Amino acid sequence: MTVVSLDRDVEALTLTFVTEFDAPVERVWQVWEDPRQLERWWGPPTYPATFERHDLVPGGQCRYYMTGPEGDRARGWWTIVSVDAPHRLEFDDGFSGEDGEPDLSMEPTRAVVTLEPAGDGTRMTITSTFVSAEQLEQMLAMGMEEGMREAVGQIDDVLLEKAR
Amino acid sequence: MVVLLSETEIDRLFHALADATRRDIVARANQQSQSVSALAQHYTMSFAAVQKHVAVLERASLVTKERSGREQIVHSNLDTLRAAARLLDEFEQVWLQRTYRIQGLLAERPDAADPASPQQNASPQQNASPQQNKQHETKE
Repeated sequence: MTVVSLDRDVEALTLTFVTEFDAPVERVWQVWEDPRQLERWWGPPTYPATFERHDLVPGGQCRYYMTGPEGDRARGWWTIVSVDAPHRLEFDDGFSGEDGEPDLSMEPTRAVVTLEPAGDGTRMTITSTFVSAEQLEQMLAMGMEEGMREAVGQIDDVLLEKAR
Repeated sequence: MVVLLSETEIDRLFHALADATRRDIVARANQQSQSVSALAQHYTMSFAAVQKHVAVLERASLVTKERSGREQIVHSNLDTLRAAARLLDEFEQVWLQRTYRIQGLLAERPDAADPASPQQNASPQQNASPQQNKQHETKE
């Protein structure tokens, strides 16, 4: 995998990530389309995600929770804005309450994912836009931060394996 | 350098940056410190309205104001912008780690022949023990 660029526009609160994978577009699309594959990477290793609903159609709803080391659950939702398989996915990503339904007091993040062929592989571009501090704060408070640190070890393993 | 912001400060910060005019004011002040009246020339709104925007930015610590004779000079506050950048940085890390995990997943099944198989991972890895099998640390 190559990280092509990580751009952020602080004033517009937008992040743009461009990465390239050594796999065809259809294969990379599967990690979004197949909830069982999505679960393996959406949450950090210490907060793995479980998708209870996953409906990639315009207006479709997804519901997931991430289970922490103490068995605690952080719940979230997606609402699909548009889908153009296997090239483009646009969705709102927000937090849910205990009942698993969207907590509308918190603004969601808008994510746009595009996949395009790049050589023998795929270029994935993710644009993430914030509208307020709340969801960002919440996101960081939901154990992701700690999870990320612990994830570093695992990532190193993956990268070392790849290099062998 | 670590700038820690309280929740109220973060709210103020994002509220201040949520307006296009205010973002523009920050960008201009960031390029060059200038008076409120100089800033006001760039907008069709009244001087008073621009002054209000500057006040919002000042409360969020995004700019500071300094009296200079009859003028009020607006300076951008880089520390606060950097703190906002750091928040985005953390989120950036979230996505970066996700892409690493995607890579791990893609590397696992290089020839995803049958996506229809219902059992995910029938491999006998009950407890993935990190076997450090090839650790011949030959010290010279």
